[in-house]
Amino acid sequence: MKLLDKIFKFNGGVQAETNKKVSTKNPIKSLPIPSELRLPLRQHIGNIAKLRVKVGDQVLKGELIAEADGNISAAIHAPTSGKIKSIEKLVIPHPSGLPDFCVTIVPDKKDQWIKKTPIDWEKIGIEETNKLLLNSGIVGLGGAAFPSHLKTRNNRKNPINTLIVNAAECEPYITCDDMLMKERSKDLIEGIKLVQSLLGAKETIIGIEDNKPESYEIISKLILKESNIHIKVVPTVYPSGYAKSLIFLINGIKISKEKLPPEYGIQMFNVATIIAIYKFIIHGETSLSRIVTITGNVKEPGNYDVLFGTPLDSLIKDAGGQKIKTNTFIMGGPMMGFKLPSIDVSVTKTMNCVISAEPEMIDNKKEPLPCIRCSKCAEACPVSLQPQELYWFSKSDQFEKAQNYNLFDCIECGCCSYVCPSNIPLVQFYRYAKSEIIAESIIKEEADIARDRTDFRILRLEREKKERAQRNAERRAENTNAEKSKLIEEKRAEIKATLERIENNRENE
Amino acid sequence: MFNQQSPFIQKAPSVTLVMMLVMLSLVPGILAYIFFFGIGILLNLTIAIITALIAEYFILKIRNLPIKLFITDGSAVVAASLLAISISPITPWWIIIIGTLFTIIVAKHLYGGLGSNLFNPAMVGYAVLLISFPAVMTKWPLPATHLLDFNIAQQLEIFFYGPKGLIDSVSSATPLDYIKTQIFLDKPYELNFSEGMPIRSYFNASIIISLSFLLGGIFMWFKKIITWHLPITFLISLTLISLIFWLIDSSLYLSPFIHLFSGGTLLCAFFIITDPVSGPTTPKGKIFFAFGVALLVYLIRVFGGYPEGVAFAVIFMNICVPLIDSLTQPKVFGHE
Repeated sequence: MKLLDKIFKFNGGVQAETNKKVSTKNPIKSLPIPSELRLPLRQHIGNIAKLRVKVGDQVLKGELIAEADGNISAAIHAPTSGKIKSIEKLVIPHPSGLPDFCVTIVPDKKDQWIKKTPIDWEKIGIEETNKLLLNSGIVGLGGAAFPSHLKTRNNRKNPINTLIVNAAECEPYITCDDMLMKERSKDLIEGIKLVQSLLGAKETIIGIEDNKPESYEIISKLILKESNIHIKVVPTVYPSGYAKSLIFLINGIKISKEKLPPEYGIQMFNVATIIAIYKFIIHGETSLSRIVTITGNVKEPGNYDVLFGTPLDSLIKDAGGQKIKTNTFIMGGPMMGFKLPSIDVSVTKTMNCVISAEPEMIDNKKEPLPCIRCSKCAEACPVSLQPQELYWFSKSDQFEKAQNYNLFDCIECGCCSYVCPSNIPLVQFYRYAKSEIIAESIIKEEADIARDRTDFRILRLEREKKERAQRNAERRAENTNAEKSKLIEEKRAEIKATLERIENNRENE
Repeated sequence: MFNQQSPFIQKAPSVTLVMMLVMLSLVPGILAYIFFFGIGILLNLTIAIITALIAEYFILKIRNLPIKLFITDGSAVVAASLLAISISPITPWWIIIIGTLFTIIVAKHLYGGLGSNLFNPAMVGYAVLLISFPAVMTKWPLPATHLLDFNIAQQLEIFFYGPKGLIDSVSSATPLDYIKTQIFLDKPYELNFSEGMPIRSYFNASIIISLSFLLGGIFMWFKKIITWHLPITFLISLTLISLIFWLIDSSLYLSPFIHLFSGGTLLCAFFIITDPVSGPTTPKGKIFFAFGVALLVYLIRVFGGYPEGVAFAVIFMNICVPLIDSLTQPKVFGHE
């Protein structure tokens, strides 16, 4: 396989300290069912799920709690059997820190399944299978939370040739995919075969970073006999797991800015998502749990198989508690993750990793210095932007120039900030500029609508005025005619009456 | 406010460390200087660095900037050192102070301080001195064949009281200056610097010093402080340009070899044009910039009024940097 030997290196990237070893020492641990599960209704990209239960309802494990609202949405199921305690707004794990609708379930600890209905997808066909996937609750488990049925959907316009399985897991600290590959590799391979058939793809390439030799060994052995499943090792350079970077690393195709991988005959799934699809179709199990890496400043870092809705504090306790007491928890990796608004959040579909922040992560005392244009950031940028120019334009509110320098191509991977000798929080400046531009465009759009409305109102008023004037004129014209004829009539009647009187007088004489 | 948002980790050498590594890279060149020209260079360096730090301190105070943060960034020390190294070791102290003050106050801080200066500060300081004191600035001592030949007392005397009468006994023209003067006077000259000529010993010293700067440059490249683009393009361009003229008429034009190892060629390639603040940032831009400097250096050396053209060439190309940068944007991923 020539293609498999060749690595297409993208520009820059960084080789950060991975800190992955600490959380891969122990096998994945399952947790006892917690005393309460809080399920946010918004755990995915798209419309918030439509509620299908009410307070007091008894639900079984796997029962639908909220269904997908439209095509771009995902369903939510009960992770265990129990009773709906409340439906209210609670803090969800989102950078905004704003509360959102959550369903709270009090488990009955019986963990009683609803009747599982495996899908005979070959019999019912791909389109019907996809309709069922819409309410499987499966979303991209790599962190993007994009509803998976949208990706398995058969697209006649863009036939899929290659399924790429994203096993790069390039962010430091995160090890959930690595552990999944080690422990559930058979499910993964079966899942790959299934998804490959669903997509109608000819081959599958698993992209894995070279810092996971154990997983590589296990999977290589399993795919020895599979002629159309390959594994390709990519160097450990963050952000190799970013979809477009991984596709380029694997087969040298640069996905254009406006296009999506299917337009190039490629579709990509994360390893955990593949297993979730496999479990749904073959075993009839909806998306109820995931593997979460708990690491950083905890006594026993590791990976946990956790039901969605499990409170984070119980997870931290299971990881042996914090080494040093802090209130800061980072969801996702240290490069692109975000600070959780509080510890009172629950596990969602996107929560691949929680880092109890190490002191140096929250207590950076290095003062930012002016930019010295060393262009280390440009050397590190995986999309070949000029971060030093974007910084200058963002800082001075020259948003148009920032856009000309392709601000919106920035994937906010953080490589530029990581390498900056002046300690400038570059990504924060780009986020600021982006949000300002978006806000500005919304205001502009609203202003445009308002102006259109005003213009229309002025037109309408003028038109009404004209119409009214015309109507009045017509009425006046009508009136005068009527009056005239009435006068004539009256005169005639008068004349007539006079003539008659004269006639009468003559006769009397 | 820094760690409110991702990334939460960072690994980069600080500006201070980068500047200190640049200083370290200058050490071989400085040692070679001392070997051939005595301790004059050390006196230059000391007075320049002290002046720079004092000037920096007062300017930061006036500008209401955090003094400790900025004075420890090391940029003033590097700029002052580059200026001091460019100046002849038989220069009186007050000239160095004037040059350094101009470098720090005008070229650096009046343009906005660290990160904002349009022009290479050391070269601005040098250009000011060259225009103001051409006689002193172009006099170099005859290199010693042995360190002990140098009289430290004599050095100090020059440093404090100026060259005065001493100048003729110790000074010599640089190779580039020699050629220019001879052409100007319509006197015969030799382009190959055969053994026994005073200019020969000067050129030998120049080769060793140049190689020492090259060593420091390679160290900086190895440490990823600089990329190959600027120095390599500059050296190749200068070689090719001088080669073309030399091939046209070798009796009139100096060989590429002499151009490469004369004057500040290697110092310019690795330490002067690699100043990030006043230079271009894109890889292609660096190539254009370095080529431009090489062309101008050659033109000024051969056809201009000054024996050495690095300072003017760099300042001129600094003006072009915004244009070069905006025209050489690399293709963004997925925009092909």
